[in-house]
Amino acid sequence: MTAFWTKIRPKFWKAPIDLLDKGQNGSYYRRIWQVVVVGIATVSLLPLIAMTLMNINQYQNALKAEIIFPVARLVSNTKRTLAHFLNERKAALTFIAQDPALHCCLSDQQRLNRIFRRLKSSYGGFADLGVIDSHGLQRAYVGPYDLKGKNYHEQAWFREVMIKGVYISDVFFGFRQIPHFVIAVKYEHDDGDFYILRATIDTDRFTSLIRSLDVRPFSDAFLINAQGILQTPSRFHGGILEKINIPVPQGSVKTEVQEIRDHSGEPIIMGHAYIEGSPFIFMVIKYEKELMKNVGRLRKDLIVFLGMSVALILLVVLGAATHLVNRIYEADLKRTAALHQIEHTNKMASIGRLAAGVAHEINNPLAIINEKGGLLKDLLLLSENFPERDKLVGLVDSIISSVDRCSTITHRLLGFARHIDVRSETIDLGHLIQEVLGFIGKEAEYRNIAVSTHVPDDIPLIQSDRGRLQQIFLNVINNAFAAVDDGGKIDILLEYKAPDKVLVTVRDNGHGIPPENLETIFEPFFSTKGEQGTGLGLSITYGLVQKLGGQISVESEVNKGTSFTIILPVKS
Amino acid sequence: MMPPKLLLVDDEEDFISALAERLRIRNYDTRIVTSGEAALLEIQKERPDIVLLDLKMPGMGGMETLMNIKAKDSSIDVIMVTGSVNSQVGEEALKAGATAHMVKPFDIENLMDKLQDIRKKRGLD
Repeated sequence: MTAFWTKIRPKFWKAPIDLLDKGQNGSYYRRIWQVVVVGIATVSLLPLIAMTLMNINQYQNALKAEIIFPVARLVSNTKRTLAHFLNERKAALTFIAQDPALHCCLSDQQRLNRIFRRLKSSYGGFADLGVIDSHGLQRAYVGPYDLKGKNYHEQAWFREVMIKGVYISDVFFGFRQIPHFVIAVKYEHDDGDFYILRATIDTDRFTSLIRSLDVRPFSDAFLINAQGILQTPSRFHGGILEKINIPVPQGSVKTEVQEIRDHSGEPIIMGHAYIEGSPFIFMVIKYEKELMKNVGRLRKDLIVFLGMSVALILLVVLGAATHLVNRIYEADLKRTAALHQIEHTNKMASIGRLAAGVAHEINNPLAIINEKGGLLKDLLLLSENFPERDKLVGLVDSIISSVDRCSTITHRLLGFARHIDVRSETIDLGHLIQEVLGFIGKEAEYRNIAVSTHVPDDIPLIQSDRGRLQQIFLNVINNAFAAVDDGGKIDILLEYKAPDKVLVTVRDNGHGIPPENLETIFEPFFSTKGEQGTGLGLSITYGLVQKLGGQISVESEVNKGTSFTIILPVKS
Repeated sequence: MMPPKLLLVDDEEDFISALAERLRIRNYDTRIVTSGEAALLEIQKERPDIVLLDLKMPGMGGMETLMNIKAKDSSIDVIMVTGSVNSQVGEEALKAGATAHMVKPFDIENLMDKLQDIRKKRGLD
């Protein structure tokens, strides 16, 4: 994990230095990065999430509305059908009751038989038919039982039909154990006497009618009475004549649709309507869970889509922010390095000017010493009898040779200063390297470092900038000096790569550079010398080599040594 | 053959006085002056064959003096002496008419070689 992080960690994350002393280290860039990431992510993700949630919610509401409307329509249509079914039978009975032939002879069994037959063939569902007089006595009866002579005077329905003129019973199991209900109508004579026509109707007509609604799976349609007793079987809420396990809706003949919870707490959509003139309530129940399956699927799709979008956006935001901040960091790094290089160049130029001034001023007294010494020698040589003449001549010679040495130094200083200005000239690389070694030759002697230079004869003169070349070789050779122990070995090899390149390899047998540092060695501010190094030497060298149109590369093995190879164009 | 007449021009009197003596020892008729202005006057008084001229002098500098000398008498050879190894300065002096260019401090033998060259050139003329 740590290794992975180290691999993907952006460069700025552990920016090592305070660029321009503005506190622009890693935390500064991390802060910019965080602000960018959080800012962009917030403005892009929040609307997306809000839109998705709104979308889900809206769809859910729309779907619910779409469910409620058909339920309401189904309920009201079915209610009408059922009411029509009842009214039809009620009307048929009323019509029969008004038959004058019945009036005269209530107990005419033959006639009732005929009527029953016709009734059965015209309207289905009739199970029996009876005529009851005003005393409650069944005067005639057609049906599967022998109920003639049965007295209903004490029964509640008889009283109700006496008062209301019509009566529809709840569903009940009769002797036949078949669910059915009763319709009774009263016919009143002009003299106040009356009789009642009573028919039993099987509920299977109801049941098949409701079943024919073909409510989808997980939906239910049935009749109940005002006490919540099921009048037709329900798929999920109990058998016939059982008490329903959801609250009985209160209401009118108007169709109503409600969202409620059933006994187990499941949300359901319940449509109901009282059927006029009957004790029946028609109900349709749909399970929301099933209905909302689509919503669930949509929600899942949307959430997957949202998740993917969020991931993609985050990826893009992270990538873009990282790229952006890295660019800023690299730009800062480059700018700082450039400033440092300018500073460095300025410093070198100042040192150069100072050196030139000093050298120039020293040259004059040197010339005086040289001439006075020379004159002294001339005079000594002229006077043949001067005592200890030879010894004095020797002394003067050593003065003059010292002046020579001094003038070599001042010439070198002047040369160094002169090369601060950029210009191209013809250069003998071997000679130039010898000059550079002249600066550090003493250190090699003190530390007993063997410096060998190999210059093949075919090395051409090159067109380049002397000062920059000096600086490049001085830096690289100085690095080699720093890398080797006392008594170490440094080889400088020149090689002509025809037709237009010269290779200079500076190889040492020092400590070497660990592989992880090799990549960053030319980056500005990279240093292994701690406080002593600016970390600019090799980066400046790199810049100088590039300016001269060359390339620099490094190979190293820990504890074996390092070799820097500089490829220079013959003509820059 | 008459010894060639030399005129040394340098503000460092210690330098030219010693140099002049050494040249006299070597059989050159040598005079010295310590400024460009004095050099021009001296040339008017008596024409030298060769002038050894310091580049950097207070008052009239070496280049200006060189040009004045050349304007007066272009046949006088001038050896420009500088304290700088800057080859650019030497080149400029040569362009302006100097015969040779030397950097201080120099070996007298080098100077003798240069004088010899000039004499040879003249002898050939």
